[in-house]
Amino acid sequence: MSTPDPMAEIRASFFIECEELLESLQDGLIALDGGDTDAETINICFRAVHSIKGGAGAFGLDQLVKFAHRYETVMDAMRAGTLAADREAMLLFFRAADLLSDIMRAAQEGDLLDDSMVEGTLKDLESLTGGIEEEEEEEADFQPMGLSMDLGTDEEPPFYSVTFAPERELFKSGNEPQHLMRSLVQMGPAQVICHSQNVPLLDALDPVAAYLSWTIEIQTDASEQDMLDVFDFVDGLCTLKIERREEDAGLGLLEMPGLPSLDDIGGDDADFVPPPLPPELGPPAATTTDGSEIPKPPVANAAPATSARPKTEKNAPTANPTVRVDLDRIDRLVNLVGELVINQAMLSQSVTEAGLNTNSQVTSGLEEFMQLTRDIQDSVMMIRAQPVKSLFQRMSRIVRESSATIGKRVNFVTVGENTEVDKTVIERLADPLTHMIRNAVDHGLEDSADRLASGKSEDGTVTLSAAHKSGRVIIEIVDDGSGINRPKVQNIAESKGLIPAGAELSDSEIDALLFLPGFSTATEISNLSGRGVGMDVVRSAIQALGGRISITSHMGKGTTFSISLPLTLAVLDGMVVKVAGETLVVPLGTIVETVSLQKGDVRTLGPNSNVIHVRDTFVPLLDLGAELGYRTSPATFEGAVVLLITQEDGSRAAVLVDAIEEQRQVVIKGLQEAYGRVPGIAAATILGDGQIALIVDPVDLMASAIGRNKQTSNSLEFAG
Amino acid sequence: MTDSKTSATNAQDLELLSFRVAEQEYSVDIMSVREIRGWSRATPLPHAAAHVCGVINLRGTVLPIIDLAKRLGLEVLAATERNVIIVVQVNGQTVGLVVDAVSDILSIPQSELQPPPDMSSERGQSYIRALTVVEGRMLRVLDLDSVHPAMEADAA
Repeated sequence: MSTPDPMAEIRASFFIECEELLESLQDGLIALDGGDTDAETINICFRAVHSIKGGAGAFGLDQLVKFAHRYETVMDAMRAGTLAADREAMLLFFRAADLLSDIMRAAQEGDLLDDSMVEGTLKDLESLTGGIEEEEEEEADFQPMGLSMDLGTDEEPPFYSVTFAPERELFKSGNEPQHLMRSLVQMGPAQVICHSQNVPLLDALDPVAAYLSWTIEIQTDASEQDMLDVFDFVDGLCTLKIERREEDAGLGLLEMPGLPSLDDIGGDDADFVPPPLPPELGPPAATTTDGSEIPKPPVANAAPATSARPKTEKNAPTANPTVRVDLDRIDRLVNLVGELVINQAMLSQSVTEAGLNTNSQVTSGLEEFMQLTRDIQDSVMMIRAQPVKSLFQRMSRIVRESSATIGKRVNFVTVGENTEVDKTVIERLADPLTHMIRNAVDHGLEDSADRLASGKSEDGTVTLSAAHKSGRVIIEIVDDGSGINRPKVQNIAESKGLIPAGAELSDSEIDALLFLPGFSTATEISNLSGRGVGMDVVRSAIQALGGRISITSHMGKGTTFSISLPLTLAVLDGMVVKVAGETLVVPLGTIVETVSLQKGDVRTLGPNSNVIHVRDTFVPLLDLGAELGYRTSPATFEGAVVLLITQEDGSRAAVLVDAIEEQRQVVIKGLQEAYGRVPGIAAATILGDGQIALIVDPVDLMASAIGRNKQTSNSLEFAG
Repeated sequence: MTDSKTSATNAQDLELLSFRVAEQEYSVDIMSVREIRGWSRATPLPHAAAHVCGVINLRGTVLPIIDLAKRLGLEVLAATERNVIIVVQVNGQTVGLVVDAVSDILSIPQSELQPPPDMSSERGQSYIRALTVVEGRMLRVLDLDSVHPAMEADAA
C-alpha cells in the first residue's frame, strides 16, 4: 500500500466503506436483537453484507467474499421469514459480524484468517437454516423472492405495462416522477425503463422542458385503478397509459438476478447498466444523458426481492454530504486556531495597555475579532467531535466475547451513543473502557445460578451510557450484579498491605481502594481479568484525559462506574485568578458561585481546617496558595474571594484566591508531556502576556486536601 | 561511572557549548542544544522538586526550566535578567537549563576527554560525564541524562 498505486487508493477507500457498512450492520443487528424484526431492518443488514461482498469480489478477497456470501445466504433465510430472529440466531449473527470485521481487517493487512475459525462460525450459522441453501449458493447472487410472495393464491399476478410521460407542467407544480414510480413499484416486482431518446443535444436543451418518459413493467395484484391512483396528483400533467400484458413477456425479465434495489440506484451505483431487454418491450433504454436539470435517475429497476411494503423510503436517510479529511490536517488546523486564540489574547492585552478608549474603533473591532475567533474555534472543535457510537460498538463486541468465554449471559445496553466527544478522547478511552467492561462482566455480574437465587433475571445487564452534562461528557458503566463486596475488598487491601489492618473506612473509601495500584479482587485469575492491569491503570488513563472516575455500588443491586471527561482537550472556559502573586486558571465549569468574604464568615474547625458558612451549609475552605505550596496559610481571610467548587457527586468546597482577574477561554497546553503530572494541576495555558498560567484541577485539589486531612487524623505516614 | 557514550572510538572532535554556572565552567554536547534564549520569568510548578524553576512559554509550547546550579548542588545566585536559558533535548524531552552565561563553542578531540575521577562523596559529581582542560582551565562535560532523567515525570 505504500506505492502510489491508484488501485491502492480505491482499495483503501473500500476498506473505509467496509467500516461504515459494518457499523450499519451492527446497528441493524442491534435493532433486530431489540425485537425490531421489520423487513427493512433485515434488509439493512443484508445490504451491508452484500455490499461488502461486492467490493471484496472486485479486489479478489476470496475469503471475505466467501464468508460474506454464506453469511448473507443465511440472512436471506431470515429475510424470507424461514428463520426467526431468536436469541441463538442473533448471537450467531453478531458473532459472524465480528468475524466478518476480523476477516476484513486481516484482508486489509493482506492476511487471511484461520480457515478453521471461519468454517466453525459458518457451520454454526448454516446449521440455523439446516444448510438447505447450500446447493444453490454458487450462482444465485440474489434470490428472486418476488414470485414466492404469500398472496394466498396460486395464480401468478398479472403483468402490466405502464407508460408515463410527464409534461413540463408536472415539474413546474413540484411533482417528482421518482416518487411516483417508487410508489408504483411497491405494488410488485417491476422494471422501470427510461426513454431518453427525446433528449436533445445540450445546446438545444430547454432546461425546464420534460424530455424523459418511462415504461414500467410491473407484475402486481393491484388493480389498474390502484395504479392510476398513484398518479392521481399528476392527472392531466402527464401522458399515462396502463396496459395489461401477456405473462411470459415480462417473466424472463423479472427473474434477472442481481437487480439492485431502487435505493441502490438512488445511491452511488452510477455505473449500473440496465440489463438487455426482451425485444418486444420497446426501445432499449439509452444511457444517461445528463445536463437536464431534472433531478431523477434516468433508469430505475425495482428489485423483485422485498415484499411490497411501504417501507422503502425509511432506509434512505438524507445523509449530509461528507468529506474525508486526513486527521493530521485537522490537528494542524486545531493547533493554528489555538495559536490564533493566544495571539488574539495578546493583542487585546496590548490594546488595553495602550489605554485606548473603550468605544474606539480598535476596541470594537477587536471585540468582533474575539467573537469570530471563538466561532472559528467552536467550529474547528466540532470537526474533531465524533459520536461515541463506534467505541460503544467495540464494547458490545467485548461484552459478547467475554460473556461467551466465561459462560455468563449478558444483555448489553447502550444509551446515548450519538453523544459527540473529541476524537482523541474516544481513541484513548478504548482501552480503559474495555477493561472496565470486562470487569463488569467478569466481576460485576454473578453467575446465572446466583442471580436466580437472589431473585434476579438470569441474564445480567451491563449498561454503557454517554451523556453531556455541564460541559463534560459523562460515561457510565452500570452492571446489575451483586455490587462491591466491601468486607472482601478491605480484607484484600489489608492482606496486601495497602491499608493498615483494622482501619475504619467508609464505604466510599473502601470502593476507592479498587483504584490502588496492585489491587485485584479476582481470587482465581480468570481468562479475562486479573492480568495485572488494574483499575489504577484505568484511573491514570482517565486522568491523563483530564477526566475523573468514581464508583457507586449498592450491595446486591450492582455497581456504577462513572467517568467524567472534558469535551475537548484543546480549549477551556476558565476564570483567571491571582494567588500569592501567581496567575492561575480555574475551569469555569466547576465553579458554582464566587463569594467575597466578610469578617466572621470563616470559622475554624480543628487546628488547620476552616469552614465557611454559605447558603446555610458549611463548606470546607481551602487556600489555593497553600494547597499549591506557594505560601503558608494566610493570616486573614477578610476581603479575599472564594470560589465555590462543586464535584460530580455534588459535594462542595470553597477555594480561597486573592483576586479574580477575568473570565476567558484558554487554550489547554499539556503539562504531562513536558513535565509530568502535577497534583492539583490539570494543564497549563498561555496568557495574553505570553506567560504560562497553570490550570487548576479543583476536584483533584479537594481530593488531595481531604485525603491529607484524613491521613493526619489517622496519623499515617504519607510521602509526598 | 564512566558513560559508555564517551568511549565512542570516533577520532572526530566533540563540539561543546561551554557556559558558566556558579563561577564554574561546564559544557554540553552541542548536538543536544536546540537554542539559547534570554531569561524570562518561569511560572512555578506546585510540589515540584527544588531545582525545577517552573515552566515558560517557548513559542506556544510549555517548556520546563531547571535551575542548573541547584541541580548540581552549587551555590545559587538569585536569577536575574542576565541569566541565560539553554534549551536542550534530553531523552526526547525538551528542557531549559538556567545558566549564568554562555561562553564559547569549543572543539575538543575525543582523546583529550577524560572520565572524572571517582569521588562518590561529591554530590554533583555524578552529573559529569567527562573532564577536559581548555587553556589551563578545567571544563566539565555535563551528562544531560542524569541532569534530567527520562522519568522526571514522577518527580511530582
